[in-house]
Amino acid sequence: MQILIKGGHVIDPGRVNGLADVLVEHGKIVAVGQNLGVASHLTVIDATEKLVLPGFVDLHVHLREPGFEYKETIATGTAAAVAGGFTSVCCMPNTTPVNDNQSITEFILDQARTAGNAHVFPVGAITKGSEGKELAEIGDLRRAGCVAISDDGQPVMSSQVMRRAMEYALAFDLPVIDHCEDLHLTEDGCMNEGIVSTQLGLPGIPAAAEEIMVARNLALAELTGAHLHLAHLSTAGSVRMVREAKVRGIRVTAEACPHHFSLTEEAVRGYDTHAKMNPPLRTWQDVQAIKEGLRDGTIDVIATDHAPHATQEKQQEFAAAPHGVVGLETALPLTLALVEEGVLSLEMAVAKLTTEPARAFGLNKGTLTPGSDADVVVVDLHESWEVDPARFRSKSRNTPFAGWKVKGRVIATLVDGRVVYEAVSA
Amino acid sequence: MSLKQKDLVSLASLSPDEIALILETADSFKEVTGREIKKVPALRGKTVVNLFFEPSTRTRTSFELAAKRLSADVINFSPSSSSVVKGETLLDTARNIEAMQADIIVLRHPAAGAAETLARGVKSSVINGGDGWHEHPTQALLDLFTLRERRLEFRGLRVTIVGDIAHSRVARSNIYALTKLGAEVRVVGPPTMIPAFLDRLGVRICYDLDEGLRGADVIMMLRLQLERQGRALFPTIREYSRLYGLTAERVKLAEPGALIMHPGPINRGVEIAPEVADSLSSVILEQVANGVAVRMGILYLLSGAN
Repeated sequence: MQILIKGGHVIDPGRVNGLADVLVEHGKIVAVGQNLGVASHLTVIDATEKLVLPGFVDLHVHLREPGFEYKETIATGTAAAVAGGFTSVCCMPNTTPVNDNQSITEFILDQARTAGNAHVFPVGAITKGSEGKELAEIGDLRRAGCVAISDDGQPVMSSQVMRRAMEYALAFDLPVIDHCEDLHLTEDGCMNEGIVSTQLGLPGIPAAAEEIMVARNLALAELTGAHLHLAHLSTAGSVRMVREAKVRGIRVTAEACPHHFSLTEEAVRGYDTHAKMNPPLRTWQDVQAIKEGLRDGTIDVIATDHAPHATQEKQQEFAAAPHGVVGLETALPLTLALVEEGVLSLEMAVAKLTTEPARAFGLNKGTLTPGSDADVVVVDLHESWEVDPARFRSKSRNTPFAGWKVKGRVIATLVDGRVVYEAVSA
Repeated sequence: MSLKQKDLVSLASLSPDEIALILETADSFKEVTGREIKKVPALRGKTVVNLFFEPSTRTRTSFELAAKRLSADVINFSPSSSSVVKGETLLDTARNIEAMQADIIVLRHPAAGAAETLARGVKSSVINGGDGWHEHPTQALLDLFTLRERRLEFRGLRVTIVGDIAHSRVARSNIYALTKLGAEVRVVGPPTMIPAFLDRLGVRICYDLDEGLRGADVIMMLRLQLERQGRALFPTIREYSRLYGLTAERVKLAEPGALIMHPGPINRGVEIAPEVADSLSSVILEQVANGVAVRMGILYLLSGAN
C-alpha cells in the first residue's frame, strides 16, 4: 500500500527544506519530491501548511518496564512517544531487574514489538546491576540489540571501572553514556545549590557535582579514544568543557533536555515536586549557556529524559519525592520555542531531534532519505494548545509544564509506514 | 486587623504588620500566663492537633500548654504511635486528622516544605512547628517577643546569629523576620555552615566570632548538632567550641548588657559557656516562658475566635 503525504513543508535536515510530497510504500520512504504519486490506490495525507519531518529520535527515556509497570510500560511509554512525534526511543537500563543482560534486552524488544508504537533501542548497563563494580556482558548486550551503555542514575563512580568500560566498548564501537554526577558531592541534595535552596532550606546539588564528572569523563574519553555521550547537561561549566573538548577533537556528543532550557531553579518555589529532577533545574545563566551550546553545536541533541513517576510518589515531601519528569509529549513545542526565540533555526531544531541523535548513536533513523524506514511526523507549527496532563498517553502525569500555553503540535505520526498516532482535531 | 492566611507556615511570607499583630496579641496572653488561674475560654470547643514527626519536647509541650490555656482540646500525634509507619503519606495522615474536625494542626516535620504542602492540602489551619532546615516561625516570633519585652527597638538593632546557619530553621526564620523589621543581622560560623548566597538575604557574614560580636546588641547562639561531626562540617567539637563558643570573655566584645539568646536545648560548654548561659544577660528561660504566650496568640489569631 502506498501513502502520499502531500503538499507539506518537508525538512530533512541537511537534505531537504521546502515544499514537497513524501511517498511511502511497504513501510519505506520511496521518494521525496514534487507532484509525486500517480497510482490510484493511494492513501493521501494532506499536509498543506504543515511540516513533514523525519520521526524524532529520543536518546534518553525511561520506559520503566520491567519492574515499575505502575509508572509506565513499554506500551504506554511508546504511545506517549508517538504522540509527541518520537518514532525511536532509547530506553535506559535502570529497570528491575537492570538491563544488564541479553534476556532483559530481548524482553524489552519483544514488548516493544508487541506494542507496535515507536521503535525501541535499549541501552544496556555498564556494570552488573549498575553497581559500578564489574562490567556487564557488553558484547552480549550489543548482540541482543543494545545501542549504547550507561549506568544512568547510578553513575559509575570508580574512574578505573569507567576507563575499562570505555576501552571495552571500543571493541563494539558502542557509545558510553554517563549521567555526570559526583554522588559524594550530591549527598542528600534535591535541588540546585543556590539562593533558592538557601531560602527553602533544601539540601543543594552544586553545579560542581556535574562538572567534576564531565571533566573526568572527558579525560577518560581522551585517554581511551572511546565515544563518550554526556546525558542531560545542565550547567554552564559543563557546556564550556564540552565545547573545549570538541575543539580538541575528543569523541564526545552531548544532550540537553527541554526542562533544562525552559525552566530555572525558581520553579522549585512552593516545593513543587514536579520541578524536581536530576540534574536539577539550574540558574538563568545556566539556561543561557545550554541554549548557546545548542546553538553553536556543542550540544548535539535534544533528549527528554522522560522519567515517569506515579502521582502518589510525587505527592510526597519534596526531599522524599523521586527525581524526574515526563517529557515525551511536551518536547516538541518546548524545542520550537527556541526557534521562536531565535536560538535555533527551524532546521537546526529539527536536526537536534532527528539526524543528530541518530548520528550520535549510529542509528539508521531520523531521516527521510529514500530507502529508509517510513518514520514520519506531521506537525502543525502554529497550533496553540494548553498542556493538560490528564490527556497524556503516558501512564504518569509528572510534568512541570501543566497549564502552559504552547505552540506546535503533532498532527500525525507514522512508524514503518503505519499511522500510529493521529491528533484529535481541536 | 487579622492575619491574611489561614496558616502560619513561614515568616518569609508575613508582613511587618502581621508580625506586629502577633506580638501584640501575645502581650495580652502573657498577662494570662502570670495569673493564678492560667486559663481563658477563647478556644473552647476547638481542637488542636500536635502532629510531630520529629522528636521534640519543648516545642510540643509549649504548644500543648498554649492550647490548654486557651481551653482547646489537644491531641498529640507522633509517628511512632500512628499509621505513618505503615507507609501512609503526610497528606493522608493529615486528612484523616482533619476528618476528625481538627481546627488547627501544628506540624513538626523533618522535610523542608512539609508545612506548606500540608497547608495547601487541608482546610484546617496549619502552624509550622519546624520543617527541616526551612523555618521555625513560632521560635523566631517568641525571640522577637522577648526582645520587644526588653524594650529593644528592632530598627537598627544589631543581632549576631552564631552557629550552623545552613542547617538551622531557627536562623532562617529569624533572618527573615529581623531583616524585615529593620534590624542589622550578622551571621557567624565556619564557611561550611553558611549556605550559598546567604548574603542575598540582606545579612553580613563573618567567619570570625570576635569580629561578629563587636557592637552586637543581641547574641543568638544556635545549638551545634553534635551528630553532624564526621560530615566534614567541622573537625572536632573541641575546635568548634574554641572558634565559635561564646565565653564570658567574648561577651565583652558586644555592647554592654547585650542580650544572650539560645533556642535550646543548649550544649553547655560547646556553643555556650555555662556561666554565660546562666548570666544576667541571658534570656534563654524568658524565651521559653514567652513561647507559651506567643503560641497562645498565634492559636487565637488562627482560630478565628477574634
